[in-house]
Amino acid sequence: MKIKKIAENIWEIEKEEKMNVPGIVFASDSLMEKIKLDKTLEQVNNVAFLQGIVEKSIAMPDAHQGYGFCVGGVAAFDIEKGIISPGGIGYDINCGVRLLATNLKKEELLRKREQVLDELFKNVPSGVGHGGEFKLNDKELDEVLNNGSKWALKKSYATEEDIKHTEDNGCIAGADASKVSQKAKSRGRNQLGTLGAGNHFVEVQEVNEIFNKEIAKIFGLNHEEQIVILIHTGSRGLGHQTASDYIKQMEKEYGFKDLPDRELACAPIGSKLGKEYRSAMASAANFAFTNRQIITHQIRKSFAKYFPKSEIKVVYDIAHNIAKFEEFEINGEKKVLCVHRKGATRSFGPGRKEIPEDYRPVGCPIFIPGSMGTFSYVLVGTNKAREISFASTAHGAGRLLSRTFAKKNISAESLKQELKEKDIAIKAGSVKGMIEEAPEAYKDVNEVVKVSHELGIGNLVAKLKPLAVMKG
Amino acid sequence: MKYEFLEHTADIKFRAYGKTLNEVFENAVLAVSEYLSKGQKIKPKKGKIMNVSGRDKESLLYNFLEEIISLLDTENFIVVKAHVMLRGNNLRAEIYGDSASNYNSLDQIKAPTYSEMYIKETKHGWELQAVMDV
Repeated sequence: MKIKKIAENIWEIEKEEKMNVPGIVFASDSLMEKIKLDKTLEQVNNVAFLQGIVEKSIAMPDAHQGYGFCVGGVAAFDIEKGIISPGGIGYDINCGVRLLATNLKKEELLRKREQVLDELFKNVPSGVGHGGEFKLNDKELDEVLNNGSKWALKKSYATEEDIKHTEDNGCIAGADASKVSQKAKSRGRNQLGTLGAGNHFVEVQEVNEIFNKEIAKIFGLNHEEQIVILIHTGSRGLGHQTASDYIKQMEKEYGFKDLPDRELACAPIGSKLGKEYRSAMASAANFAFTNRQIITHQIRKSFAKYFPKSEIKVVYDIAHNIAKFEEFEINGEKKVLCVHRKGATRSFGPGRKEIPEDYRPVGCPIFIPGSMGTFSYVLVGTNKAREISFASTAHGAGRLLSRTFAKKNISAESLKQELKEKDIAIKAGSVKGMIEEAPEAYKDVNEVVKVSHELGIGNLVAKLKPLAVMKG
Repeated sequence: MKYEFLEHTADIKFRAYGKTLNEVFENAVLAVSEYLSKGQKIKPKKGKIMNVSGRDKESLLYNFLEEIISLLDTENFIVVKAHVMLRGNNLRAEIYGDSASNYNSLDQIKAPTYSEMYIKETKHGWELQAVMDV
């Protein structure tokens, strides 16, 4: 594999035999050193083998080894000649983040911090090993899959404004519940309003620093020490099973002998199976939007108990595991491409019709959560991203250490001490879960967003500091 | 050694060993159970029979692991061990475990993957490797 640095923060992996396009990695020197430690680059190369890939196989600054695509992998496919691959989206379809802005100040929150955290822990279950409070019948579940957050609006779990501030208004067109298997439905039926395990969380944070006042204000981030809440979760068992179902069907129908990794099983975008997966993916994505909406409702309820006058607004809700059909200019020609983003966030600059009206003049909000106990960032999408990264940027800090290594080498005591020193309260289902997600297990989020900002593929707006963390 | 966890940046990767194919599949279940239970001792209070088929050994393993982990979502069932009988690309398994409600905090595996998966015969019997998305 021949890798060369072609510009500041940009690396090219030379196109070799069988690769249709070169690989491109957006990373600083120090992040690139970490990316080289696992199989990320091999996976970037593998994606370049896929049929109909346009221009380049990309890895974001937070990239790390995954399965099929790397996490932090982006690839765009020609809709006539290209493929769609569930392994390029991830099992957690529409895993994403939602930011809520409150009218509370840090000092108010700190007075009730422990109580609020307990209340959140009670009202937002992890849902692992027991269901949530929503148990949907077949008809209702189909409605969630077909209509997404609109179902939540009808049931008074959402406001009109919440919906406007959700990507695709919380409902991806073309969803069809009949393309989701009974097994997937039975896995997700009791999981609306649940977080799941692993790296999913709810964090209560303060606006710590504002880099761009004008844009921050448009996003509803008005001053330092304003309390905001970040939610990270996805489509739960329903999405996982949907991805699995279609990977199996695709490898059965189209084989895997020509693929460098069986996990890259795929189908032509225009094929019957390709279209069915697209409908199923949209349905699972709608389930995830609704899940984050129900969690928003549970958070509002929890805050209202201790802060009856609290107002909690949705800043935005954005997916980072999804394939989207978007228009790009390729060699001077406008084309719709199928952009796979697996652990990468859409970055649309000013003017794109997909952005909510009130944000359209400045660009789309982007949220980059840090690891537990470190800063998170709000960025804004750019037109430069459309030119160089298929309108994508990073999605988080990116893992560095394996869970096995973290468990062996990080002690619960030192982690608790570290969080205490940073004045962060935490409530987690287990110590094991906490250690696996310790800040040391991740790359430096500050470095990740610095690269995004320097490249201009997602520009800094504000920095958020955690005050209370809840993990499943 | 029945199984061991290996380094993987984001997900869980394990190898299972056994004298026979049946045993290597059974030991893979032990690895899955260790992860899901977060080290808690799960009691084999309930049993269930499972029939799984695949198109080759790898897809049989994929489908079997998927059935095991989805029991937590669909039936609130946490697995502790299995007795497996393979026949070609089909298997019949007796699965033992308990109601998940009897345990404090459990983990979750989203899905098996084909990434880096292999099942092979060795000098000592059989060995398999799997990466699962968590």
